[in-house]
Amino acid sequence: MSSIAVRQEMSFYLRRPGLVLSVAVVAFVLLCAVAPTLFTGQDPLAGVPAERLQGPSARHLFGTDETGRDVFTRVVHGSALSLQATVLAVLVALVIGAGLGLLAGSRGGWVDSLVMRVVDVLQAVPAILLSLALVTALGFGTTNVAIAVGVANVATFARLTRAEVLRVRTGAYVEAARASGVRWSGVLTRHVLPNAVGPVLVLATLTFGTAVLEVSALSFLGYGATPPTPEWGSLVAGGRNFLATAWWMTTFPGLTVAAVVLATNRISRALDNERTPE
Amino acid sequence: MTGLPRRLLQAVVVLWAAFTVSFVILYLLPGDAVLAKLGASEGGLTASAADLTRERAAYGLDDPLLVQYGKRLLAALHGDFGRSITTGENATSLVLNALPSTLAIAGLGLLFAVLFGGSVAVLSTYTRSRWLSQALSTLPPLGNSLPTFWVGLMLIQVFSFQLGLVPALGSSGFASLVLPAVTLALPTGAVIGQVLAKSLRTQLSEPYVEIVLAKGASRARVHFGHALRNAALPALTLVGVVTGTLLAGSVVTESVFSRDGIGRVTATAVGSQDIPVVQAVIVLAALFFVTINLVVDLLYPVLDPRVRTVARV
Repeated sequence: MSSIAVRQEMSFYLRRPGLVLSVAVVAFVLLCAVAPTLFTGQDPLAGVPAERLQGPSARHLFGTDETGRDVFTRVVHGSALSLQATVLAVLVALVIGAGLGLLAGSRGGWVDSLVMRVVDVLQAVPAILLSLALVTALGFGTTNVAIAVGVANVATFARLTRAEVLRVRTGAYVEAARASGVRWSGVLTRHVLPNAVGPVLVLATLTFGTAVLEVSALSFLGYGATPPTPEWGSLVAGGRNFLATAWWMTTFPGLTVAAVVLATNRISRALDNERTPE
Repeated sequence: MTGLPRRLLQAVVVLWAAFTVSFVILYLLPGDAVLAKLGASEGGLTASAADLTRERAAYGLDDPLLVQYGKRLLAALHGDFGRSITTGENATSLVLNALPSTLAIAGLGLLFAVLFGGSVAVLSTYTRSRWLSQALSTLPPLGNSLPTFWVGLMLIQVFSFQLGLVPALGSSGFASLVLPAVTLALPTGAVIGQVLAKSLRTQLSEPYVEIVLAKGASRARVHFGHALRNAALPALTLVGVVTGTLLAGSVVTESVFSRDGIGRVTATAVGSQDIPVVQAVIVLAALFFVTINLVVDLLYPVLDPRVRTVARV
C-alpha cells in the first residue's frame, strides 16, 4: 500500500471515532471470551466472603457480589458463554434461513411457493413467543436458548436471501454464464452466491446485536445458564435482589450488554454503507 | 376475491398458521410436560409407569399425532386450549384474566412511545441546528440497543430506591404503572421514531413542500400541516409491529416489576413447561395481532383518500 492509500485509510477511521470505538469494544469482548485470564486474575466462581457487597474500586472495578465474587471477573468470564450463545443463534438463523432462501430463490416454482409459505407460517407468531415456545419444548440451558433465538430469526434471513438471489439471477453476467454452458450449480456458487452474500452478512451483523439482547433476556428470565455459571443476562438477574444496596451488581453487566449491542449495530451500519455508499 | 373477504381469509390463515406452528413446536418436539409435572409434584423419580400412562391419557397425549392435532384444532376453534398442567385451570381463561393488567401498561406504554418517538422524529427534522438534529437521531438506535430488563431495573433503582417517587414493585394504583410503561415504551418508541423520521424526511423533499413554502406558508405550517400528516400514514402500518414489541416487552417488563399480566403468565408457563398455557398465549397473541392489522387495513382508505381511489379502480 502506498503512503497516500494508508493516509486515506487513516483519515477514514479518524473521521469515524464511533466506529473505531465500536471495533475496539467488540475486539475487547472477543478477547475476554477467548482469554479471560488476560484481564483478570480472580476466580469467577469462588468469592472472598470478607469482601462481599463492596462498591467499585481499583481492586474490584465493577464491585463484588453477595458472596464476595468480583463482578468484573464474572462479566469477563461470562462473555464466553454469552458470545457462544449469540454466535450459535446467528449461525442457526443464517444457515437455515439463507439455505431456505437460496433454495426458494434458485429453484423457483412450487419449491419457492412451499418454502415461502413455511416462512410465512413462522412469521405468524411474534419472534419472542416463538423463542419461548421453543424453550418450552426443548428445555432450558444456554444452547437451547441460542437455538430458540436463532429459529425465531430464520424467516428474515430466508426472505432477504431469496430476494437477493432473485435480484442477482436476472443479471446479464448470470445469463451469459448460463448461455456459455455453465451448469446451474456452477453459476450458483461462482456468480449468484458471491453477489448475494453482502446484504445477508450485513443482516447477520445486525442480528448479532438483537441476538445478544434476546439471549440475555431469556437468560435473565432464568431459562439459560444455571447459577453459578456467569452469563451476562443471569448476572443482571443475580443482582436484582440487591438493587437497593448494591447497584453495581446489575448496572455493570447490563451496561456491558448495551455496549456490545451498540458497537455491533454501529459496525453493521458501517458495513451497509460500505456496500451502498450514500 | 378482493377487499374484506380476502382480508378475512388471510387473517384466518394466519391464525391457523400460529396454531399449527405452536402445535408442531410444543407437542412434536421432545420434552415431556407430564414427566415435568409428576417429577415436580412428587419430588423426583417416584412417578410409576402406570401414573405416567394415566396422566398422559388425561391430557390426550397418548393419541396418534394427527388425531391429537385434529382434536386440539377443533377444541381451539371453540376457544379451548386444554387445562393448565400446573394449576389445572382452563388455559384460555387463565390468559384472558391476565389481559386487563397487561393492557393497562401496554396502553400507557403505547401512549409514551408515540409521544417519545413522535417528538424525537418531529424535532430532529424540524430543528435547523445540525448538532441537535444529529443528537436526536442517535436516540432511537440507542433505545433499540438497551436491554429492556436492565432498563427496568435501572428505573427502579433511580426512581424507587434513590428518589422514592414511585413504588418499586407490585400492581397497585396508577403510580405503579408509570415505570413499567416507560420500560415498554423505550423499544417501541425507538421503532416509531426511526420510521416516522425517515418518512418525514421523504415527505419534506417532495415538490409540494416547495410549492407550499413558495405560497408563503411558515415552516411550522409545512411541517405540521402538510408533511407530518402525510408521513404519519405510512407509520400507521407499524401498528402491527408495535403490538408485537409491546407484547414481547411485557414478558420481560412484568417479570422485572413483579406485575401480574400475560407476560408473567407466559414466563411462568415456559418455566414449568405448561404447554396448553403457552399455546393459548401464542394463538391469542396471533388473534390480537391479526385483528389489529385488519382494523388498520380497513381504516387506511378512510384516512387516505388516495388509497380509496386506487382500491376502486
